[in-house]
Amino acid sequence: MYHANKIIPGLVIFGLLMTFPFWFNIGSAAYSTPELVLPEDHEFCVESVEYMRAEHMSMLNEWRDAYVRDGYGEYQSMLTGQMYPMSLTKTCMNCHNNKEEFCDRCHASVSVDPYCWDCHIEPQGVE
Amino acid sequence: MKSSRRKFIRMAGFAALGWSICPSLAGAAVEAGPKLYFKGEEQLSATQWAMAVDTKKLTRQVMNKCIEACHTLHNVPEIDSNQNIKWLWIEPFRNLFYDQSHPNLTDMANKPFLALCNHCENPPCVRVCPTKATFKRPDGIVLMDFHRCIGCRFCMAGCPYGSRSFNFFDPRRYLEQLDPEYPTRTKGVVEKCEFCAHRLDKGQMPACVEASEGALLFGDLSDSSSDVRRALRERYSLVRKPKLGTGPNVYYLI
Repeated sequence: MYHANKIIPGLVIFGLLMTFPFWFNIGSAAYSTPELVLPEDHEFCVESVEYMRAEHMSMLNEWRDAYVRDGYGEYQSMLTGQMYPMSLTKTCMNCHNNKEEFCDRCHASVSVDPYCWDCHIEPQGVE
Repeated sequence: MKSSRRKFIRMAGFAALGWSICPSLAGAAVEAGPKLYFKGEEQLSATQWAMAVDTKKLTRQVMNKCIEACHTLHNVPEIDSNQNIKWLWIEPFRNLFYDQSHPNLTDMANKPFLALCNHCENPPCVRVCPTKATFKRPDGIVLMDFHRCIGCRFCMAGCPYGSRSFNFFDPRRYLEQLDPEYPTRTKGVVEKCEFCAHRLDKGQMPACVEASEGALLFGDLSDSSSDVRRALRERYSLVRKPKLGTGPNVYYLI
């Protein structure tokens, strides 16, 4: 191989840099899903837990456009067929009435900073 | 296999037909799925909402009650400067109707009237908004989608009635009490009167109309039996800056 004295150390340095996150984190605690405080008097959300976990952000985006721009006020659940008003503060936060113990725990753990609460008023939590 | 030119063209034709039909079939399959969004049953509908301000019934007390009802409901801050936020405010006759006034109207010129967004038929703010944050609903309400506003203030330049306010500060700094039913705005967002569109969708009249003790009338302009149309038949009325052709929908009964 030509220039082996440069290529091989170069490859070694490259490999070390690429795998830096893996060996740097050896020994540190593994990521664990944060524990959430779920509403006690409700069995399910407007959709199944798995759906809400994966889709709540796009659902809220669609709700806001449907409500503000097209005047749709009600959402029919695919899970139960029940009707819910499409409202962050009146529907979502009515059950999940503690933002710190529900929203923030996941969002903080995955470093997501939604700007909903710049305008929408967070509930005061359970008294 | 022997392939002729005729056969090739025929196959190409079928393929093109297939490609043109397939996306529309896929679209139809999606549309056939469950419809999840509905409008509430009690929602009020109209072709064009309009307001009539009965200036004979307007007293300071009534006007302040209307303003308070509006501003507490929508979390509108009171800022003691020219950077105040206005949804519904008091303006003297001579400012509202300077082009329809004359020197002998001395007793009228200083009379205080209520002013608000005119919800124009041909709103300049909607035309100039680059993000479509301001838009006109099918029922004639010129609504703002605060989520989309980028604060460029073209709408403020476009509006000939000064009905829009810009948030120079975080409004929560100036609000003592928050109404959790309605969001506040953030710094850098334009806002204005919305004819209480969210209340109409719940079957209620606008907050100022409810608080006005009959001084404000609200109804469908295309319905000849509505309160507004009846008042317009019986009384002399003015609209602000009719020459501009924006078609204001707030009428002042003189």
